[in-house]
Amino acid sequence: MSSIVDIQNEIISEFSILGDDKESTIFYIMELGGQLPEYPESEKTDENIIKGCQSKVWLTARENGDKIEFLADSNTDITKGLISLLIRVLSGRSPEEILNADLFFIDKIGMGNIIGSQRSNGLASMIKQMKLYALAFQTKQNA
Amino acid sequence: MSINIDQIRSLFPVLHQEVHGKPLIYFDNAATTQKPTSVIEALAKYYEHDNSNIHRGAHTLADRATRYFEKSREAVKDFIRAKEEAEIIFTKGTTDGINLVAATFGRKFINKGDEILISTMEHHSNIVPWQMLCEEKEAVLKVIPITDEGEIIWEAFLNLLSEKTKLVSIVHASNALGTINPVKDIIAKAHEVGAKVLVDAAQSTSHLEIDVQDLDCDFLVFSAHKLYGPTGLGVLYGKREILEAMPPYQGGGEMIKEVSFAKTTFNEIPFKFEAGTPNIGDVIAFKKSLDFINELGKKRIKAHEDELLAYATSGLNEIKGFVPVGTAKEKVSVISFNINGMHPFDVGMMLDAKGIAVRTGHHCTQPLMQRFGIEGTVRASFAVYNNKSEIDQLVESVARIAKIKNK
Repeated sequence: MSSIVDIQNEIISEFSILGDDKESTIFYIMELGGQLPEYPESEKTDENIIKGCQSKVWLTARENGDKIEFLADSNTDITKGLISLLIRVLSGRSPEEILNADLFFIDKIGMGNIIGSQRSNGLASMIKQMKLYALAFQTKQNA
Repeated sequence: MSINIDQIRSLFPVLHQEVHGKPLIYFDNAATTQKPTSVIEALAKYYEHDNSNIHRGAHTLADRATRYFEKSREAVKDFIRAKEEAEIIFTKGTTDGINLVAATFGRKFINKGDEILISTMEHHSNIVPWQMLCEEKEAVLKVIPITDEGEIIWEAFLNLLSEKTKLVSIVHASNALGTINPVKDIIAKAHEVGAKVLVDAAQSTSHLEIDVQDLDCDFLVFSAHKLYGPTGLGVLYGKREILEAMPPYQGGGEMIKEVSFAKTTFNEIPFKFEAGTPNIGDVIAFKKSLDFINELGKKRIKAHEDELLAYATSGLNEIKGFVPVGTAKEKVSVISFNINGMHPFDVGMMLDAKGIAVRTGHHCTQPLMQRFGIEGTVRASFAVYNNKSEIDQLVESVARIAKIKNK
């Protein structure tokens, strides 16, 4: 599996092909959302909703050996696409990798301009929640 | 005589820019309208030439600022055809005006068991202040239901009215649906049971003729920024005898007549409700936006906007997957809609990518969205400077977006 840095570089080069055209970029993000694995309906609980997102975002994490796998869904296609990017970078990693990850691709692809400030806050909440899961698993593993 | 839109557009500098490489199409006018050069220049001129505090100064600048400030009050009085300037109170906006009435009229005249009547299509700012008041006073908030088209159910309104009703607070034109409510009839019926009526005119003042004496409303509130004027400024109109009977709101500055540590006497209306240094520059500049509207005439503005509304409605209705929300017979130039299978945020962002600015979400009318069983809508709202070619682009973009999920 490629490193967190490699995958981010991959994403950056994919987005660079789209250039400055905002509409194509949004369509691409929505397409990515469509590729997310199905999220179990039973997990669509209030507990799993991320606070701070304008749209509804559900996120759960499960252990797979010493790695963490994330599952997520949203009621908006664009947000789903954004989560799929985070999952591509952070899912299947160890808690240490997740906690130490520097998510430079977000700035590099100009995410703030693409999604606007309110959604950027939502994205920050998603990352925070993923890191909180990593911290919880790390604490458990070290116990 | 019809309106020369190109000429009008040339008065609004903000419209002449590109967003994401496309010419800006501004369809978020129900949230706030753009400002003509005359308003922007008046604001700059005040700070460059006349900046001074008003009503108390003994010098030329203070005198000038005071005169211009009071000229604006006079212009507002004429604009809504109030009897006298004393009935015009400058506030921070519509929300501030409603809160003022809730905090003063409400505190004095609403008692345990009294009823306040609002409608399902109210903005949060015409719901929450009354909820707070009702909780404090153990009064009851009642809600007039609406039809699927987004119109008030008249019989239900009549059934809810009773001797217990002390206040009806009703929106003139819905920000989320565009529905124009029959406020004159509502006021007449409410008065029959002795209730006072507040009209939330935030969305109607820029489109419809407002005559508070003809309406016979007790209060009317609106914001300057939806009238091509500055933000952070609004008007509360109230009938003299009611304003006089209301206790003051905030203490300090302009609202007092005499203060001693033993006792304070309060100023006359409107100053009784204008504590502290007001938003002088914006009040002065606001007159220019009223001049702009008066020069065009509300009739011509409404005719142009009605044409845009009909044109957009017929174009959008052709699109597979287009679901209008709010189809009242009488509407201001607001189109609220959803696209089957899509979240309004996604639609809004895709329109933004084409340089088209719309509002998405619940429009601060969550109970109304619950009534329709939806999370929100996409809302395109038109102003006098919009034109048909912009609407063509909206229709084309919505059609392209709808195709994603409605093939």
